[in-house]
Amino acid sequence: MARSRFQLAPWILLLPATVLLVAFTHYPAVMTMVKSLYRLPKGSRPAKFVGTEHYVSMINDPVFWASLKNSMIYALGTVPMAIGLSMLMAIIVNSAIKGRSLMRMFFFLPTILPMIAVANIWLFFYTPSYGLIDQFLSLFGFEQHNWLGDPDTALGSLMVTAIWKEAGFFMIFYLAALQQMNPTLAEAAALEGAGRWYFFRRVTFPLLMPTTLFVMINAIINSFRLIDHVIVLTRGGPDNASTILLYYIYMVAFRYWDTAYASALTMVLLVILAGLAFIQFGILDRKIHYK
Amino acid sequence: MRKVLKGMASLLGATFLTISAASSAQVELDFYYPVAVGGPITKIVEDMIGRFEQANPDIKVNAVYSGTNPETLSKVLTASRAGKPPAMAVMTALDMYTLVDEDVIAPIDDFLKTEEDKAWLAGFEPAFMWNSQHDGKTWAVPFQRSTTLFYWNKDAFKAAGLDPEVGPQNWQEIIDFATKLTVKDASGNVTQWGVQAPSTLVPYWILQGYAAQNGARLGDETGTKTYFDKPEVVEALQFWADLGQKYKVMKPGVIEWATNPKDFLEGRAAMITTTSGNLTNIKNTAKFPIGVQIMPGHKQRGAPTGGSNMYIMKDAPAEQQEAAFKLAKFLASTELASEWSIKTGYVATRADAWETDAMKAYLKEFPLAGVSREQFPYLIPEFSTHDSQRVQRAIDDAIQAVLVGSKSAEEALKAAQQEAERILKPYQD
Repeated sequence: MARSRFQLAPWILLLPATVLLVAFTHYPAVMTMVKSLYRLPKGSRPAKFVGTEHYVSMINDPVFWASLKNSMIYALGTVPMAIGLSMLMAIIVNSAIKGRSLMRMFFFLPTILPMIAVANIWLFFYTPSYGLIDQFLSLFGFEQHNWLGDPDTALGSLMVTAIWKEAGFFMIFYLAALQQMNPTLAEAAALEGAGRWYFFRRVTFPLLMPTTLFVMINAIINSFRLIDHVIVLTRGGPDNASTILLYYIYMVAFRYWDTAYASALTMVLLVILAGLAFIQFGILDRKIHYK
Repeated sequence: MRKVLKGMASLLGATFLTISAASSAQVELDFYYPVAVGGPITKIVEDMIGRFEQANPDIKVNAVYSGTNPETLSKVLTASRAGKPPAMAVMTALDMYTLVDEDVIAPIDDFLKTEEDKAWLAGFEPAFMWNSQHDGKTWAVPFQRSTTLFYWNKDAFKAAGLDPEVGPQNWQEIIDFATKLTVKDASGNVTQWGVQAPSTLVPYWILQGYAAQNGARLGDETGTKTYFDKPEVVEALQFWADLGQKYKVMKPGVIEWATNPKDFLEGRAAMITTTSGNLTNIKNTAKFPIGVQIMPGHKQRGAPTGGSNMYIMKDAPAEQQEAAFKLAKFLASTELASEWSIKTGYVATRADAWETDAMKAYLKEFPLAGVSREQFPYLIPEFSTHDSQRVQRAIDDAIQAVLVGSKSAEEALKAAQQEAERILKPYQD
């Protein structure tokens, strides 16, 4: 009797979380998988099992490939930049310089703004000829440039906006990690005559690795998850130059109302994210030194 | 999942029922409307609804602001699928086929009971009814409608030695005027572009105008055929691209919809094409005298209609539908249609709405508001097809590819045509 109660209690405690997870995460994921195998019901026409038809048309869908490529570029560009920048900012505001609390506030400010507001601010920055960026560049004799209207710079412009928005948030984690670092390490290194770069490379950076892993996971997830600024700044244009995968899914599901094909696209995103999670938790995690 | 949702919905419904049981003699209906232009639209709508409720004490209207046009469509479709649609909603004219295909709207003809009802429906400008008709039925009542207009900066015209009172009348004159109006600084940077047309959000809408001026349509009346690769359409897109690439009188690349009027107001573009819906805002904001005229022609004049209509939902209870029809008749009556146009800048959709005393007084004070009416004889229906958002995306991508110079007009439009044919194939039989 005592034994069976012992087994029941944890399950009861787990129940609320399990129910929520199943109802809002696992069940929808499975249903997405199932729906991606059916043709869309429309009006009086019922849903019909079509097997892998949506996946086959995906292979022939140039917009899908463009969005996949853009998503890869976007992730590869924003993640290391956001990590590097936030680490740099954290080290700056952790040092004993004048006005550092003001600096901390400045660096953190973009984080508290909603993405939609950020994108609208940047929409003005990017405006050709009289926007902030062109006005600044014209001081150095650069010609005006249609940043969001040129396929060569549209995606890059989105990435800069995202990095600006995110770096301040990640900085907080690095700052917390830096402040927990034992100051005797720095003193010992100074006694041994280690330079600042050497100290960073051999002591600070490795000790920040758990934070870096955490930040990296978040940055990667965000790079696939955030599309507010795409909607405000470029709507995926020009000619799909800045369409990233989730934005394309959103278009297919809530503009074209082809939720069946959108389910198939979602499965691709799911597989990519699951793969990334596996690499991060399964492989990288083992190589990181935790205290 | 659907069962769970239905259960939740009926639970919610039961709660509301107990609340509203007290006033059961009253018909209560939801009315979704978007806000797509600047100005205090919400206040204007609420004021009109208030007057409707005063005149019809047995009807209570919950006017729900439902976001942008696409958001409104999403909300209506989601609510319909859950079995709880609003009785009436304002959605874009080009969504008619989508709504018919989804089987969520009721034909307006079902509600025409009296001769007076029929006369009321016949009173709309035919141009604004084209996008309401399909399969011999009328599916929508014109509400907030617009068209494209041509704006110019009179000061810039004077500076360039042009007559500030006369805008360009055809494509050649657009090129000639724009060449004179394109101003460069000492280092060769352009400080003022001659002419601009927006190429994000709804590029197909602008192309449709150029195509109409070149004697072509983008699609047929059945919503199942597109004519993207017709030589006249290719020429029209080529003309648009040439303004930037060959004549260098338009800002290169894609021009953002919202930035376009801003460029004009900042003096960075001397002539622009934009919606008639921007007229009031531009007039109030411009620091220079503005000229406004109907679109210049080529082989002929031509411009598309745009904007939204009122739709009555099929799955709403019958008494709500009847009440919704009353509301539509009220909002699109002669007086209200003219008041709506004066307050918002949308085009009055009824001939008699242009003849009210209020409208006449307004036109005397602000004659430019009458320009869109001059365009009535040249209007063409807005390009609309089944699965319209997807077909639109195909043509929009093609337009942008040509404007940024990554594809030729012929190549891009041919690809878009193939894509559209693939999308529309299921609807062709």
